[in-house]
Amino acid sequence: MAADPAILHQIFDFTDYSQLLQLVHNSIIAGAILGVVGGLISVFVMRRDLPFAVHGISELSFAGAAAALLIGINVVIGSLIGSIIAALLIGTLGMRARDRNSIIGVLMPFGLGLGVLFLALYKGRGANKFGLLTGQIVAVDTPQLSWLIGISIVVVLSLIVLWRPLTFASLDPEVAAARGVPVRLLGPTFMLVLGLTVAMSVQIVGALLMLSILCTPAAAAMRVTATPWLTAALSVVFSTVSVVGGILLALGGALPISPYITTISFAFYAGCRIVGIFRERAGWNRRAVPAG
Amino acid sequence: MPSDPSVTPDPGPASDVVLRLQAGSLAFGDRTLWSDLDLTVRPGEFLAVLGANGSGKTSLVKAILGLQPLSSGQLSIAGRPPRRGSDLIGYIPQERRLSPTTLLRARDLVRLGIDGQRWGPGWPNAGRGRRVQQILASVGADHLADVPVHLLSGGEQQRVRIAQALATDPTLLLCDEPLLSLDLNHQAAVVGLIDGRRRSHNTAVMFVTHEINPVLPYVDRVLYLAEGKFRIGTVDEVMTSQSLSTLYGSRIEVIRLGSRIIVAGIPDIHEHEHEHEQGETYNSEVVG
Repeated sequence: MAADPAILHQIFDFTDYSQLLQLVHNSIIAGAILGVVGGLISVFVMRRDLPFAVHGISELSFAGAAAALLIGINVVIGSLIGSIIAALLIGTLGMRARDRNSIIGVLMPFGLGLGVLFLALYKGRGANKFGLLTGQIVAVDTPQLSWLIGISIVVVLSLIVLWRPLTFASLDPEVAAARGVPVRLLGPTFMLVLGLTVAMSVQIVGALLMLSILCTPAAAAMRVTATPWLTAALSVVFSTVSVVGGILLALGGALPISPYITTISFAFYAGCRIVGIFRERAGWNRRAVPAG
Repeated sequence: MPSDPSVTPDPGPASDVVLRLQAGSLAFGDRTLWSDLDLTVRPGEFLAVLGANGSGKTSLVKAILGLQPLSSGQLSIAGRPPRRGSDLIGYIPQERRLSPTTLLRARDLVRLGIDGQRWGPGWPNAGRGRRVQQILASVGADHLADVPVHLLSGGEQQRVRIAQALATDPTLLLCDEPLLSLDLNHQAAVVGLIDGRRRSHNTAVMFVTHEINPVLPYVDRVLYLAEGKFRIGTVDEVMTSQSLSTLYGSRIEVIRLGSRIIVAGIPDIHEHEHEHEQGETYNSEVVG
C-alpha cells in the first residue's frame, strides 16, 4: 500500500530544517515552558476530575482571543480575560461536581459561538483564525514569549505553594477541612490557576486540543505509578516531549501543529496503559506479606 | 428534663478534661438541633453519640472540629476554644470510595494526616517517612503502605484512616460513623483498634453512630440526641424504653437481647430539611 507521496510530504518535510529552526526558536522555548507547566497542572486536573472544566475554560479563552484579534489588541490579553471569566464562573458556581458539569456544558457552546462570531467578523489573516482552535507554531513573537514566561512563573509558584493542601483537598475534602485546609477557597483558587494555564496555551496548542497537554500526560503517568512525585515527573516529561516534539515534527509540513502534539501525547497514554496492564497482572494492589 | 445531674459529675480541673461543652446550643434558622447541652469528656473515656437522622450529630462533630460555630454556649477542647485543624483531635470519617483519579498510596494518605494542611510541596523527609511507617504498623497496616488507596477494601481503608487520624498523636478521637458500610468482622476490627488506642494512650473517644451494638462492649457513656433534646448517661440509664420514649415524646421500645440492644418505634425524621439548611452533602443514615 503506497501512501500518496504528496500527502506524506505535507505531513513530514524536513528540507531547510536548520533555517526553519531559527525561525521557530521562540516557539520551541514556549513549547518547553508549556510542557512543564501543562505536565504539572495536569496532575491536579486528574486528581480533581476537571478535564471537562479544562475544555470549558478553553472555549471561553478562545472567545476572548478571537475578540482580541477582532479589536486588534494583544491576543494573550484576550484569552486571559476569557479564561479568567470562565474560571471564576466555574469555580464559584460549580463547587459541586454535578453543578460544575452543567455550568460547563452551558458555558462551552456559548464561548465557542462567541469565538466563531468574532472570527467571522475578523478580516485579517486566515491562519490566525484557525490557529486559535487548532494551534500554530509561528505565532510566538518575543512580547508573547514574555507573557508566557510571566504567566508560567505565576502558575508554577502557585502550584508549588498549593501542592500539599490541594492534594489533601482533592483526595478527601472532608478530612482535609477537619485538618484545617481551606477547602472552599482552594477550589476556585485552583480554577483560576488553571485558567491562566489555559490562556497561555491557547495560542500554541489551540482551544480544541488543550486536553492533550492538560489531561493526557498525568492520565498516562497514573497508569504506571502511584508514587506522587514520580507521577508529577513523568507527567512533565510526557507533556514536554509532546509539545516540543510536536513542534519539531510539524515544522516542515504545512499542517497545524496540534495533530503532532496530540498523537505523541496519545502514544504516551497508550504505551502507559499497556505497561499498566502488565503491572496489574503482576498485582499492583499486592500487599506486602504481613509480619507474623 | 434533658439530663440527669447525677450522671454528669462535677467537671473537675480543666487539665483532666478533654472536651467541655457548657449550655451549648445549635440552631439553623428557627430549627434547633440541640440546646443547653452540657457535656464533659475525660481522657480515656468512650462516649457513644447516638440519635436519629438530622438530630445534630454531624453538626456536633463539626462544632468540635471548629467548622461550625455554636449558636450559644461554650465549647472547649483541652481548655481552649475549638480550632480548625487542631492537632488535639484525630478525625475518622465514614468509609467511602476514594476516586481512582486521585492516585495516592496508603502511606501518602497517612502522611497527609501529619502535614497535609501546610502550604508547599513537602519535600521528601526520611524522618517523616519512618513516622508514617510506625503509625501504619501501630494499626497493623504496614503491609498496605504502597497499595493505591482506591484499591483498598472498606475495612483496609478504615484501618488506614485510623492511622491518618493518629498521625498527630491526638487526645480525642472523633469518629463519625466509621463503621457504616463495613461488614461485621471489619466493624469489630475497626472498633477494636480504636479501643486499643484508648487503652494504650488514654485517648478519649467520641464515637458517632446510629447503631450502638458494635461499640456496646466499650461504651462508658451515651449521648443520645433527638427532637432538639438529649440524654447523657451510662448505657443502662439512657438505653431504656422509658428514657427514649420521654426523649422522642412517643412510644419507643428498647429490648435487651443477650448482649444486643434493639430499639423499635423511632419516628422518621425529615433528613432533607436538615441537609438543605447546612448546604452540605450528608450521607444518609439508617435508624437502627
